[in-house]
Amino acid sequence: MGTLSERILNGTAGEYVDRAVDRAYVHDGTGVLTLEAWKSMGERRLRDATQLHVLFDHIIPANNSTTATLQHELREFARSSFLHFSDIGGGICHQIMSEGIVLPGEVVVGADSHSCTLGAFGAFATGVGATDMAAIWMTGETWFRVPESIGMHLSGTLTGAAEAKDLALTYVSRLGMDGASYQSLEFIGDGTAALSMDDRLTLCNLAVETGAKAGMFYADDVTVQYLATAGHAVKPQEPEPCKYIQEIDFDLSDIVPVIALPPRVDTVKPVHVLVGLPLDQVFVGTCTNGRYTDLARFARIVKGRNVAIRTIVVPASRAVLQEAIRTGVLASLVEAGCTIGTPGCGPCLGAHMGVLGEGEVCLSTANRNFKNRMGVGGEIYLSSVATAAASALEGEITEPEVA
Amino acid sequence: MQGKGRAVCIGADIDTDLVIAGRYLRTKDHSIWVAHVFEDLDPSLASSMNGAVIVAGKNFGCGSSREQAAIAIREAGVVAVVAPSFARIFFRNAINVGLPLIECNLSCTQGSPVTFELAEGWVEAEGKKYTTRPLSPRMQEIVAAGGLVNYWRTCR
Repeated sequence: MGTLSERILNGTAGEYVDRAVDRAYVHDGTGVLTLEAWKSMGERRLRDATQLHVLFDHIIPANNSTTATLQHELREFARSSFLHFSDIGGGICHQIMSEGIVLPGEVVVGADSHSCTLGAFGAFATGVGATDMAAIWMTGETWFRVPESIGMHLSGTLTGAAEAKDLALTYVSRLGMDGASYQSLEFIGDGTAALSMDDRLTLCNLAVETGAKAGMFYADDVTVQYLATAGHAVKPQEPEPCKYIQEIDFDLSDIVPVIALPPRVDTVKPVHVLVGLPLDQVFVGTCTNGRYTDLARFARIVKGRNVAIRTIVVPASRAVLQEAIRTGVLASLVEAGCTIGTPGCGPCLGAHMGVLGEGEVCLSTANRNFKNRMGVGGEIYLSSVATAAASALEGEITEPEVA
Repeated sequence: MQGKGRAVCIGADIDTDLVIAGRYLRTKDHSIWVAHVFEDLDPSLASSMNGAVIVAGKNFGCGSSREQAAIAIREAGVVAVVAPSFARIFFRNAINVGLPLIECNLSCTQGSPVTFELAEGWVEAEGKKYTTRPLSPRMQEIVAAGGLVNYWRTCR
């Protein structure tokens, strides 16, 4: 009995527990600090390297020799210590972990705030910092405060041009940037069944933008089928009676295309209110919306036409890129004038390629629009893939057409 | 553990991008983070950090998990951060790098003295004493050790 968080963490909401970690991962950014902290902890042992992943995604390929040197050290360590290693071009850490690695019921920690993405599989997945991760490398476990959970009741189906991203931004707006602090979002109700794994990953990805520790779906037939294609036989998780700290209803048929205005993810307006706002750049990708279905949706809208402004498309992983090559999606994107980046985080965090200049405006499918995040003096608006595609064709914010 | 500093008041929902921007992360040189701490919020703040108690609004440290944010604040000489609430990853990071955090809704007067006691759970400012939620015993041990690295080096 209990919420999914309580069942997986084997505790009651509010309780502090020590739990073994099934999967732990770092990227090139947080991995450098993790390695430093781990070395400083004295006893240089790894509890179990088979549970540990190092995935390069943040600044790839390296933008300068300082970054390259930091990455070199981490790469050598990962290889020599037999950690699972994904080098540049492999893709975003959360995406790779979603391609048949994370399984329902697991405790997963990533040294990145968007590690909550993997709750889409019915895992308890959350972000930690580098020093916490170093201790996890050493001991294989960490402490958690078992979170209270908010029941996110979904009913109906998405209609028109609305996507899971629009629902995600809508719920962030409803809860606010700290509306779920220290809590978990559990997506439940009849409306969940029609959501694909990609939709669920997008919805769980934004959980941290409400302050939540985790965003979770119960594993169901969709999860079972998705993981079967990756060679895993898993069972659905049956919800049990449990106590939610709060329950919120979302009728999916009410969801319309929306945009989050800079510099807050919870300042959300319908797209039609912003139509005509001039743009300098469109960015499609990230752990929010860089999956194959996202690229295919974008390509379907821009195919045979030309984007009016610079448009950067970054596949979330090599597998996504390969699928886009195989199906012709990549060709459609390139023919429409899009620039394709190396699978990874792209310009989302503002550290390299595709950053904005002073006064420039970007419409992005990512998850954060904080001040100066993608470049000093630049502004970031967040939207769905369809809104980004329609807007890329016009060079200004444009309402997506119903497919 | 007792401490004392001079209040520096800042707003609510301060994300870790504002504490230390992504463009400064790729280094192990802490002095770069100290030099640019809070730059995108207010470039003048970096010079007033030594000996400061930051008194912030709710949800301090939201956004990215970057531990450089907590390290930058500590290395800049900040004694403690007081806020009604902290984003959870920042909260853990701060404890892990030995930066004291105090959960309290304190009205802030720029430059006024702030004193606190972590184990007993109180903070005092402008002649008023507020009771705060004390850190869990383990978190106090980690802070007292100077962070999680030292905790593991010395407490096992």
